Amino acid sequence: MTADATTTGPAAAEQPPKPRPVPTPTSEPFWDGLAVEEVRLQHCLDCGGWVFYPRSRCSHCLGDRLEWRAVSGAGLIFTFSVATQPTFSAFADEVPQIIAVVELPEGVHLTTTIVEADPADVRVGASVVPVFDHGDDGLTLLRYRLA
Amino acid sequence: MGLKGEAQIVGVAQHRSERRFTGRPKLTLEQWADLAAEALHDAGIDSREVDGLVCANDVTEASHFVPATVAEYMGWSVNLAERVDLGGASPAGMVWRAAAAIELGLCEVVVMATVASPIPPSPTPRPFDDRILFGASSNAWGSPQAEYEIPYGNIAQNCGFAMYAQRYHELYGWDERARAKIAADQRVSACANPDAVFFGKPITVDDVLASKMIAEPLRMLEIVMPCEGGGAALVMCSAERARRTRHRPVALTGFGERLTHKTPTYAPDLPHTPVAAAAASAFSMAGLGPADMDMVQVYDCYTITALLSIEDSGFCGKGEGQAFVREHDLSYKGDFPCNTHGGQLGFGQAALAGGMSHIVEAVRQIQGRAGERQLARHDTAYVTGTGGVMSEQAALVLQGA
Repeated sequence: MTADATTTGPAAAEQPPKPRPVPTPTSEPFWDGLAVEEVRLQHCLDCGGWVFYPRSRCSHCLGDRLEWRAVSGAGLIFTFSVATQPTFSAFADEVPQIIAVVELPEGVHLTTTIVEADPADVRVGASVVPVFDHGDDGLTLLRYRLA
Repeated sequence: MGLKGEAQIVGVAQHRSERRFTGRPKLTLEQWADLAAEALHDAGIDSREVDGLVCANDVTEASHFVPATVAEYMGWSVNLAERVDLGGASPAGMVWRAAAAIELGLCEVVVMATVASPIPPSPTPRPFDDRILFGASSNAWGSPQAEYEIPYGNIAQNCGFAMYAQRYHELYGWDERARAKIAADQRVSACANPDAVFFGKPITVDDVLASKMIAEPLRMLEIVMPCEGGGAALVMCSAERARRTRHRPVALTGFGERLTHKTPTYAPDLPHTPVAAAAASAFSMAGLGPADMDMVQVYDCYTITALLSIEDSGFCGKGEGQAFVREHDLSYKGDFPCNTHGGQLGFGQAALAGGMSHIVEAVRQIQGRAGERQLARHDTAYVTGTGGVMSEQAALVLQGA
């Protein structure tokens, strides 16, 4: 499938609202952390592994003793793409959108967008720091900018 | 572990890919029946002999009990009723499941089909399925995609495959002409295939590089065109039954399947792909290696997909794919025939049937029925299927009996 799919369906005529995350009981501490500008990850008390995205059990050992810990949130760009066509019509106003995977020192990878940057300056391996994007709905997205 | 090559593909059906379908819309069950009938006729096997079926996620008249719905509609009583949910890897995954059932003695004749044509307008409104907007993923509450991907715009496939390409090139060097050459070489084969959507429309490397940037670094002509109408089906049976069919039987002698993630963000070792493990399993089971293959039919939803698949399957070393593509002619006329029907880049991607088209082409080549694009050496074929964003992977080794 391709970007073509974004032009079909009832939403094509107007720019639909941007899809927003809806926390679950398990993930609430993560989103609550972002709201107060803190990046929180789950740490497994059984195997010592770090877990992202939030889960009910450890993604390394399936242990259930997960503890929330605040981390710096700074990391490196693992890979990225510059969407010159919107991936979905709701993001048309953000094009060119720099969609990236950031690797944190704890080893976890997360999906984000790189903001306040010229796409030409974005490189694999570049250092990035969190940008807390507070929405009107009380939710905060974890975006990044070049360090 | 493995197969003895006693499960053999003996019949195929393959409809034309079209940008917009020009035939008569039918229900997906009706399309399934058409394709099954054609493939059985191709094999010379009566419908009453069928005792197994494998379908995919494209039968839309039912959401549950799908294999039972298909069996009942076809009038079959079956010992294998399977539905495979591996995205673009579904067809290759269907083939090895059918073969395993046949070699276990469970079934004698198994039919597999993937449908791809529009259905008639429903007189009652169907609930709108927002998965299409989000790239066949899930936007349901609680799904990781809904919570951690979709809000950031990591939607559909373009972005994910572009992320593979970006990191691949950062690690192994940038040669955009090599990636473009995959599309251009395969288009040569599409121009020898009247059923291909791009039949009669050759392109050059420069055409590919001049096409519109969609998701850096991937351009329009490196991305499959979504098509309709290209439904496809296979009939597989035991070696004993295969002796009384109409064409050269094609045995599955090796397969592998590997899945490591759903979203590339969580891929363990990007740009290393699960193709490597699937290929190693397939070759080891067959007792053959990449050098023994007369042709490769690798899933190519994007140029980068084909590049990574060629490389991770062992046709060249990791990081050597760009040089390999530069040094070989990938068309049906060339020294490394790859996707001789044009690939999905040239043939068109008709939903899940796009993945089936690689298998049908391998069978037709091995059977000597590939027309203008028939290869001189055509005894062995390597086929892959890719689901999601290099997540689900299946590999097959097929050999003429």
